[in-house]
Amino acid sequence: MGAGHAHKLYRHGHSAVHRLPPHTKLAAVFAFVVVVVSTPREAMWAFGVYAVLLACVAHRARVPAGFLLKRLLIEVPFVAFAVLMPFVAEGERVHVLGLSLSVNGLWGAWNVLAKGTLGVAASVLLAATTDLRELLLGLQRLKLPPLLVQIASFMIRYGDVITDEMRRMRIARESRGFEARGVRHWGVLAKSAGALFIRSYERGERVHLAMVSRGYAGSMPVIDEVTATRDQWLRALALPCSALVVCLLGWFL
Amino acid sequence: MHVPDGFIDAPTSAVTGVVAAGALAVSLRGARRELDERTAPLAGLVAAFIFAVQMLNFPVAAGTSGHLLGGALAAILVGPYTAVLCVSVVLLMQGVLFADGGLTALGVNITDMAIVTTVVAYAVFKALLAVLPRSRRSITAASFVAALLSVPAAAVVFTLIYAIGGTTDVSIVKVATAMIGVHVLIGIGEAVITALTVAAVVAVRPDLVYGARGLRQKLRLRVNGELVDAPDAAPVPAAARTSRRTVWITGLVTSLVLAGFVSFYASADPDGLEKVAHDKGIDKKTEPHHSSDSPLADYGVKDVANARLSGGLAGVIGVGVTVVAGSAVFWAVRRRRDHDASPANTSF
Amino acid sequence: MSTALSLEVSGLAFAYPDGHQALFGVDFTVPRGERVALLGPNGAGKTTLVLHLNGILSGGTGTVTVAGLPVGKRHMAEIRQKVGIVFQDPDDQLFMPTVREDVAFGPAAAGLKGAALEERVRTALEQVGMAEFADRPPHHLSFGQRRRVAVATVLAMRPEILVLDEPSSNLDPASRRELADILRALDVTVLMVTHDLPYALELCPRALILSDGVIAADGPTGKLLSDDALMRAHRLELPFGFDPRTVTSDA
Repeated sequence: MGAGHAHKLYRHGHSAVHRLPPHTKLAAVFAFVVVVVSTPREAMWAFGVYAVLLACVAHRARVPAGFLLKRLLIEVPFVAFAVLMPFVAEGERVHVLGLSLSVNGLWGAWNVLAKGTLGVAASVLLAATTDLRELLLGLQRLKLPPLLVQIASFMIRYGDVITDEMRRMRIARESRGFEARGVRHWGVLAKSAGALFIRSYERGERVHLAMVSRGYAGSMPVIDEVTATRDQWLRALALPCSALVVCLLGWFL
Repeated sequence: MHVPDGFIDAPTSAVTGVVAAGALAVSLRGARRELDERTAPLAGLVAAFIFAVQMLNFPVAAGTSGHLLGGALAAILVGPYTAVLCVSVVLLMQGVLFADGGLTALGVNITDMAIVTTVVAYAVFKALLAVLPRSRRSITAASFVAALLSVPAAAVVFTLIYAIGGTTDVSIVKVATAMIGVHVLIGIGEAVITALTVAAVVAVRPDLVYGARGLRQKLRLRVNGELVDAPDAAPVPAAARTSRRTVWITGLVTSLVLAGFVSFYASADPDGLEKVAHDKGIDKKTEPHHSSDSPLADYGVKDVANARLSGGLAGVIGVGVTVVAGSAVFWAVRRRRDHDASPANTSF
Repeated sequence: MSTALSLEVSGLAFAYPDGHQALFGVDFTVPRGERVALLGPNGAGKTTLVLHLNGILSGGTGTVTVAGLPVGKRHMAEIRQKVGIVFQDPDDQLFMPTVREDVAFGPAAAGLKGAALEERVRTALEQVGMAEFADRPPHHLSFGQRRRVAVATVLAMRPEILVLDEPSSNLDPASRRELADILRALDVTVLMVTHDLPYALELCPRALILSDGVIAADGPTGKLLSDDALMRAHRLELPFGFDPRTVTSDA
């Protein structure tokens, strides 16, 4: 599972992109996606340029194309949705190969496919070049409420511990000859889930005790600060800025 | 239901982002008020639990299986404020770490899946507890109905968001019928699992079930001085309770009738529904069936091949189940003494 | 050994809100620099007692004094710096994303920053032989390593007294010995709560037996463990084949 330190999408490396401070990368990816979403769908060429921009970043980050494409699979359900759009959308229709398709639906499908794919690709690049710890520091630096960052950090820290407990409970069930095969067995599984909740909550209480014992009084001491130089900001923002130029051209051309 | 980028237009995404941020701010305050400095570790562990439990497979039949979404469960177990925080953090991490759900759609996703599900589930749960007798069975039954309604409620809100900011001109009726029809079906799974899980927790540590605190306080009266059972405090507020009860019952009945009506309408208009619902079925219940050999195979459900779920069937079943659930609630409310209404109770 | 007391507990009685009374008047003192084992059967009130030492539980009668400072609301921050509790499950204790941050948590909460903080973290990790694991996440360590890091998290706070809750549980023999070596090398007062009687004998010259919420015996560890009647009366059993009379303790 992916809540570990080196989470599933992370690719260890030392490229220029890896070295950028996490908050600059987060800001850049977010700005890039906002720009992509705001681009008019009729400007098809613009999306091509975005894809090239991302490919450049991937190249700089030494993330292989195959890796990136495989990660795009997460999008498949929405590809299916997009494929349906031309059939169900309203408005004037065209006939292609004997199928009646809605023009509006075709545009809609293209819109979701292009923007969704670019969004996923940008997120994958971010996740591939930034490890978990750094992501959390970056979110903290971007002024996400500290309490939320703390919750996220505890979730990451204990995600593995709890998944592991869940796995042990499954092994314990199976060792006693139980195998969940259908709705009839939901009761047993739900009891496991209930037990898992109790264990999680009680662990939360124990963690709290351990924290209080070491002087915790409601706010995390700042141990690591990430900082970014102007130069690093400029490099990170190069991506959304060039995208913005493309977007503006898309609107006015 | 993780909405990707480009599905909802930019202005609407921004507005939902503001809504989500506001709700998060309220929840942060609320959670702090309840848990004070314990908020971070407890909410963090509950978020980890939700994350883990979404990976727990519940086999349905013939190799298909589903998993819990967890909004209703979190709301009932830890209260609406903490639940909103936990589910939001799970969504945030899924978006940033797994590219699951677009970054610009984070507002939509949080509004829909973290806020609507938990708030609806908790409101329904509390409303039901107000009318049902104080017992563990009531908690199970109320959890069932709360979870059952929370999922279609999220679908309704998604439809609204889509109506305002959808990027494709699909008839809203079609989106609504497809979304709600299928989500009633998903809601049933969610409801059964949630009710069973809450029942399991109530049986062992009732004090940990936030939504059942009223119940626990009453039990606690016994431990007072010489271990004498404290007299029932019921007679005093009886009058006030009945009038409140009528209000609750009316509200519930109305919402159930509405739900039933919408689903019924759904099955009466099955052309677009069939396909969209079919797709939605893939998206929601059987998310990664395509990824069994993909890097994300261990994230989410595993052995799923539920793609043949027909949308039309889903709508029809949806109506049926809404009717059944509605009558079950009627029945439960009418026969308060020994109701055994929810299917959740049958497997105990 | 100086005569100053690290810990003084007197007349401590406590009942949980549900009415269950766990402590019935506990009295003992621990002089500075001594290593003392606190033995007792399950349910004797050991954990309850431990949680009183840094004021997590309070509200009963009696007093706890740490290095002359009464445990109470007024000095809570100071008390929690002075009393370092190592909990039984290192996963509960290690809640930060990396070992380094976890060890830094206590001193940072006390206001330490920058180079002084780094120095504190490095020293603590060196004391337990885990310096090269500083940037690893805790869940990538073995159980024994995690236990050692847990000890370091507390050592980094330079505590007056180190309280260990079942330090040897779940450790393989090698990790057990390594931890014993580490604890022996520390120049700090230790109160070790344990069921592991050979470990207590190995490390602690003196032992207390807590039974039914009171201190039932207080004396040299070897002598207590050799007293069969006392041991039986308090449900304490030595492992098969272990005879405290024939063990030469270097503690």
